[in-house]
This record gives sequence, C-alpha cells and structure tokens, in this order.
Amino acid sequence: MSSLLNLNNISLAYGDNNVVNDISFDLEEGQISCLLGPSGCGKTTLLRAIAGFEKPDTGEIKIRDHIVSNASSVLAPEDRNIGMVFQDFALFPHLNIEANIRFGLSKKMNDSKQLERCNELLELVGLSGSNEKYPHQLSGGQQQRIALARALAPEPDILLLDEPFSSLDVELREQLAREVREILKQQNTTAILVTHDQNEAFAMADTVGLIHHGKLVQWDTPYNLYHQPSTRFVANFIGQGAFIPGEYIGDQQIETDLGIITGSVPDQCKIGCKLDLLIRPDDIIHDDDSDLQLEISERLFRGSDFLYTLKLVSGKTILCIASSHHNHQLKEKIGITLDVDHLVMFPQQTTEDTASITHD
Amino acid sequence: MPDTESLPRLAMKSLPFRTYLDRWHISVLLVALLCAVPVLTVFSYVFQPAGEVWQHLTDTVLSDYVLNSLQLIIGVSFGTLTMGITTAWITSVYKFPGRKVFQWLLLLPMALPAYIIAYTYTGMMDFSGPIQSNLREWFGWSYGDYWFPEIRSMWGATSMLSLVLYPYVYLLARAAFLEQSIVALEASRSLGAGAWKSFFKVALPMARPAIITGLSLVLMETLADYGTVQYFGISTFTTGIFRTWFGLNDSGAAAQLSTVLLIFVLILITLERISRKQARYFHASNREKRRPQLSLSPGKAWLATFACLMPVLWGFILPFMQLSQWAIETYEEMVDSEFLTLTWHSLSLAGSAALLALAIALLLAYGQRLQNTRLIRFAVRIASMGYAIPATVIAIGIMLPLAWIDNTLDNWLRTQFDVSSGLLLSGTLFALMFAYMVRFLAVSVGTVEAALGKIKHSMDDAARSLGLNPRQVLLSIHMPLMRRSLLTAILLVFVDVLKELPATLILRPFNFNTLAVRAYELASDERLADASTAALSIVIAGIIPVILLSLSINKQKT
Repeated sequence: MSSLLNLNNISLAYGDNNVVNDISFDLEEGQISCLLGPSGCGKTTLLRAIAGFEKPDTGEIKIRDHIVSNASSVLAPEDRNIGMVFQDFALFPHLNIEANIRFGLSKKMNDSKQLERCNELLELVGLSGSNEKYPHQLSGGQQQRIALARALAPEPDILLLDEPFSSLDVELREQLAREVREILKQQNTTAILVTHDQNEAFAMADTVGLIHHGKLVQWDTPYNLYHQPSTRFVANFIGQGAFIPGEYIGDQQIETDLGIITGSVPDQCKIGCKLDLLIRPDDIIHDDDSDLQLEISERLFRGSDFLYTLKLVSGKTILCIASSHHNHQLKEKIGITLDVDHLVMFPQQTTEDTASITHD
Repeated sequence: MPDTESLPRLAMKSLPFRTYLDRWHISVLLVALLCAVPVLTVFSYVFQPAGEVWQHLTDTVLSDYVLNSLQLIIGVSFGTLTMGITTAWITSVYKFPGRKVFQWLLLLPMALPAYIIAYTYTGMMDFSGPIQSNLREWFGWSYGDYWFPEIRSMWGATSMLSLVLYPYVYLLARAAFLEQSIVALEASRSLGAGAWKSFFKVALPMARPAIITGLSLVLMETLADYGTVQYFGISTFTTGIFRTWFGLNDSGAAAQLSTVLLIFVLILITLERISRKQARYFHASNREKRRPQLSLSPGKAWLATFACLMPVLWGFILPFMQLSQWAIETYEEMVDSEFLTLTWHSLSLAGSAALLALAIALLLAYGQRLQNTRLIRFAVRIASMGYAIPATVIAIGIMLPLAWIDNTLDNWLRTQFDVSSGLLLSGTLFALMFAYMVRFLAVSVGTVEAALGKIKHSMDDAARSLGLNPRQVLLSIHMPLMRRSLLTAILLVFVDVLKELPATLILRPFNFNTLAVRAYELASDERLADASTAALSIVIAGIIPVILLSLSINKQKT
C-alpha cells in the first residue's frame, strides 16, 4: 500500500534561521497524525509547506504520489486539493454559513448537489439548520466546527489543522478534539494536526511527530512517545518525570538512590558506567508499609489525587502520585515502592540529542 | 498505484516567487520615485547658484516670510490647542446637554477650506457687512465713530486657520482621552489629586503624543495655506513662492524658497513621527467598554455646552449661514452654463483623481501585504509623504521637470523635423493629476492599508486552500470586505481635490477653471457674494467626509 503523503528531506530557512531541518515522514490514507512541539519549533511552517503557502528550500513533497513541491517548482495551494482549518478559523465574515461551506465546492457541481453536500456537512458537525447564520452569530466552538465543515466540503486528499483548538476554552478543547477525531475517522480523512498541547495530540492522533528546533525528533504512537522517548528532550517534553543518577554494577543491575533496580541494560554499558534513569510518577507506588521512606518537599492537591515531590538522600527529587485520601503534610516521610515496567535511561552528562538507550 | 504521468494536468508554476517579488518591487518603487520627484526637484535647486532674484529676496522679504510664518505657527498652535483640547476633554469626560451632538458637530469646521471662511468673514465684518451695519443701527453710530477690528490681518488669518484646523487636535486628543483607562484617573484622584490636578498631571501628559501629532498636522496645513494669507495680504512662504514664480518669473528662486519651506515641514514630519512612536507606549493596557461620564452641576454643565458651541458657531454655523444667504441672493445670476462647466470640471477632475489614487493605493498596499520587505515599506512611506508637502511646493516641483521635458522635446523636434510639439505635459491635466496624486495619495493609502490590515492573512490562506487563485481572492474576499473603506478612500480624495486651490492655480491648463479657482478669483475681485455658490458647493461636498468620519468614530466605540 502506498502512502498518501510523503515528505522527503524537507528543509526551510528564513535567512540564516533554519526553521525546518531535513524532515521526512510518510502518512497512510485515513491516518491522523500530529506535529507536536514547543512554540517556534517549526511545526506550523512545515504544515504551511505541505499546504503550499511556504516553499521548502530542499526536499520533495508528494501527495498521492504526485510531486507538489520540489527544489525547482511548487504547486500553488489552490491546486493541491488540501483542506485547512486555521487557528482563528478564518471564516469569511461577509458570507453566511452556507456560503462559507459551499465556497470551496467545484463550480461544476450543480446547485442542489452543493446544497445537499452543505447540509450533509452541517449535520456531520451537528449544526444542521444554521445555513443562514453569519459567523459572528456563532460561538467559538461552533465557528470551529463550521471551519472544519468548510475544509471537508470539497473532499480534500488531506486535511491540515493549524492549532485548531488553541483559541477555545480549555474545557472545550478536549471535548472538541475527541469530536473532531470521530468525524475524521468516520469520513476516513487523512489529517495532520499541529499543536503544542500533548493532551490534544494524544486525544486526536494515531501518530505523533515531535519536533524540536526544526528537527523531527521522534515519529511514533502516543504510547511509545511516553514510554519509550528516544531522547532526553522527548522524555522531558512528554509527561512528567525526573531523572535520577545510577551506576551499572553488572548483572543487569543498576545502583541508584532508590536502591538497586533491575532491568535490561544495553551491551555497550560496561560495569561502572554512569546512567540517568527516567522515573515517571506512574513508576512509583505509594505504600505506607514500604521500607523506602522519603520526605515530602512539595505537595500539590489536584482533586482526585496528590502530586508529591519527594526528596532523595542525594538531594534529587522524584514525583509520586497518591490518591487524595492519602493526605500527608510537608516534611512528613511516606513510603514508596518502585514498579518500573521498563527502564528508560540515558548516559550521564550527555547533550539532550544523544540517542537513548531504551529497553522494556 | 496511480500513474504519475497522466494525472497532473495542472501545470506546476516554475517558482512564481521570484517573479512576483520583482514585479511588486518594481511597481512600488516606481510609484515612490514619481512621488518623490517634486521634492527632489526642489531640493536640487539648493545646489544651483543663487541668482539675483534670490539675493533680492534674502535682502528684502525673506525675513518677513520667516517671521510671518513663525507668528502664524505660534498663533494657530495656541488657537487650535486651546479649542481642540478643551472640547476634546469636555466631550470625553463630562455629561452635559448636547454632548452626543457636539461629538460630531465639533468636526464640522473641517468641511470649510480656510480660504472660504476667510473671505466669508471678510464679508461679514466689512463696513457694509451684517455685523457693522447692525452695530451702527443699534447704537446710532456712523462711519468713523467707532473702532472695529480689521479681519484682514495677522490675527484674522490666525483665527481663520485656527477655526477650521482645531478639529485635528480635537479628534486625536479625544481619541487619546477615550483610550486612557479611567482607572489611571481614579488612581490619581485616590492619591489625593483634585480634578484639575488630575487633568494636568495625568490625562494631559498621557495624551501628549496624540496632541502633538494633531498639532503637527495642523501646522502642516498652516504652512501649506495659500488662499487665506494671500487674501489677507500676509507675506508667507506660499505667497512668496507664487510671487517669485508668476511675478518675478524666476523658477530657480521659487524652488529655493520652497526648499526653505520644506525645512520647516521636515521638522514637523519628524515631530509627528516621534510622537506617533511615543503614542504606542502611552496606550492603556486594558480598556473598559463604557466609561462612566462625570456629572457637572447645572451651571457648569451649561458652561460646557457653551464652550463646545463656540467653535462650532464661529467655525461653521455663522459662515455657513452667511454663504447660504449670499447664495440665495445671487444663485439666479451665478448658476449659468459657465457654472455648470465649472462644476463638471471639478467633479470629473476630483472623480478621476480619486479613482486613480485608489488604484495606486491598492497597488502599494498589496505590494506591502505580499512582499513586506523593508524596501517596500520604505517606498510606501515615501509615496505617502505628500500630505505634509505644501501643494505650492509640489506644483513647482512638478512644473519644473515637466516644462524641461516639454522644451527639450520641442527643441529636438524643431531642429530634427522642423515641427513643434508644444506643451505636451506641463500646462495639461496630466500635470494637475500628477500633483493631486503626490499630494493626496497618503489619504487613500492610509485608508486602504487600514482596511487590508484588518483582513487577516489566514483569510487569504483559507480561500486559497479552497481553490481560489490570488486574483480571485482579491475579487471575492478582499473586495467585499473592503467595500466600505474603498468608498471612503474615494470620497476623501474626491473632496480634497475639490477643495484644493494652490496647485490647481499653478498647474491648470489655460482657461481651465474649477469651483475652487472660481470662488477664489471672484473673492479676490471683491465679489464675495458672487463667489458663494461655488464656495457653498465645495463646503457641502466637504461635509460628506466629516459625516463618514464621525460615523466611523461612533462605530469604533461600540
């Protein structure tokens, strides 16, 4: 099966500033992927290059095996059969909802067909009957859905969403993200979402590409991104956690402040080599009966649970989530046990881009 | 797997970016260059050896020009600041009878060109005019019994200019006062400063950049004025340039005089730029939608009404009534076929200038939107610099090179082919249109830029992702969204051209008259009442943009 979208070695610079740096990936038909990264990492620029609003300096973009952009030529956005949903929705304020949705429909389509398609989409996004309304009469969430309907109307090969939820209320975001995913899956639409919010990315995407300084750091499922981060940056950016130092003492055992932890250690690590272990809150279980007692240095009440910061002997800290029934005070000592399912470790004192050593 | 050969029927454009870049840059730079021609021409005369006439000018009248211009600047500054700031403060802060109406009534004097109000007042305050006649009747005086102020004087010119120019200060000061957070004033009151102290220590300093911007616009108009000072017989730079050009026939000296005037203007432009930059830092962080209006005691409230009524009364109502009365008396005689020709000339000239300015403004604004480079931004600034340059200077700066081209071409044709080409450019409508573009382009560029700036780029991108090419985006997205603003741009330039006097006087083709020129000529011949029909037509047309302006201000507030 050939993929719907191919990016090969895409780079783009503004002057001396390398915004997108040698990025390649493929996307299968019907897949939803997400470009995730901190603001200014180049993810939006990459999306705009796929749409045709930016011209890459090098590399090749193919949609359905047709080159739409390479070093010598670019296809204009209007000729690419892409749909796009914008951060500010960009609904045309002088047109009503129906005219907005029909805007991209082919002129060859006759009037009744166009209306039919429009109503079909309005039903899909749950706004049937708002044909005559104008964008300013709708709420933010409704405008968002109309923007989606408008982009989907011409049945684009690929739908691009540029931070589509960032101008909405936080409570609304996850709900809409789920709804949008449902709609896209129902239509078997291939889509790329750009966001800086990992919850949004996890809620929407089958595959997530984490971008940092214009480079694609990891292209993986949300699960793997969390549990098998390929670099220190990914480990830090995704989810919560802390690094604790450890030393390999042989026999797949690592000595740390939390005691000896057993797990598969890579072959290149000889006895005595220093490692940093990623400890996520879900690796630690609160257990009052445990021998391992640590002092609480910070506590954060989050409703259903507490997030405790615990201090190790060396001064390093780790995070622990405990049910909200376990109300402990600062400076108090609580017992924990380790439940490390798989070890994530990086050689000590390395830069963040060094490849990780990950094992289950 | 789809066949790569057969499917893509859409031709891929080979790198459209570079060609666009060049096309936009070239056209925008060309417009900027053309707009800079008058100023460059005038400045080039600085390096010409000073002639006898220049020597004569510096020995005799130059110091008068400088002194009179300075006196005018100081007087008009005082007048416009007093009227403008007082009315702006009162209407933005206090509750008083008629507040809503005065908000826009106070703009009306803008509709009157200074030269028209000048001769209207001359007629009103004449020995035989209504004021003196009534005084004589009431008190039984006769000629020589009493002293009456002479309007055709420095204070007269200062008053006339102040009365029609204060709205600039009013507009900008009022916007600044309204933007100020009421919290700043309340903070000042809570710290123990009284109402007056709060005004002088907080509100006024915060509005200072806006007020200075308004004042610099006022002074640019003051320096550019020709009709008023000429009619009142005050020698300033503009009248001096006219006299040197037409009377002494020395174009070089006229250009050199223009240079001196331009130095004054340059100071004003710098002042305006600096204060506009400062204004950004003075913006209130958060604005309330509705400011509470402060109540006044009944006596003070009526005083506020009175204070707002005075500028409107003297600056618009009285002269408008006088003009109307004259027009009623004389229109049967004055509205003849010649008047219709004049009107047609004015309307067609103003109409085509407005459309041309809009077309050029669209080009510049789009150039800037699509290729927002430093060079293009600079070029657009240059192209819209003309609002600050006195029309007299622009006219001279256009006449000189065009006449040179005409003469050179004519000479060459004579020697080569023994035919004469005559005047192809100078003394034609082309020259006039050129001058209008240089002078008024800023008006339409400003309006179009603002309108285009409000259309977010994502709107363009959305339309293109839905299959429209850039031209279609312009037609089906930008045009409908900008319709009102484009109309405004057309109207503003239209009225400005209708009112324009000095450049039209210098550059118009032989025997080609407009309403403004006719009104000016009749008034110069002391046929004040006869001039009123033409003048009144201009004033009524001038009310349109004032209404537009007040509508847009009201809209911003809601």
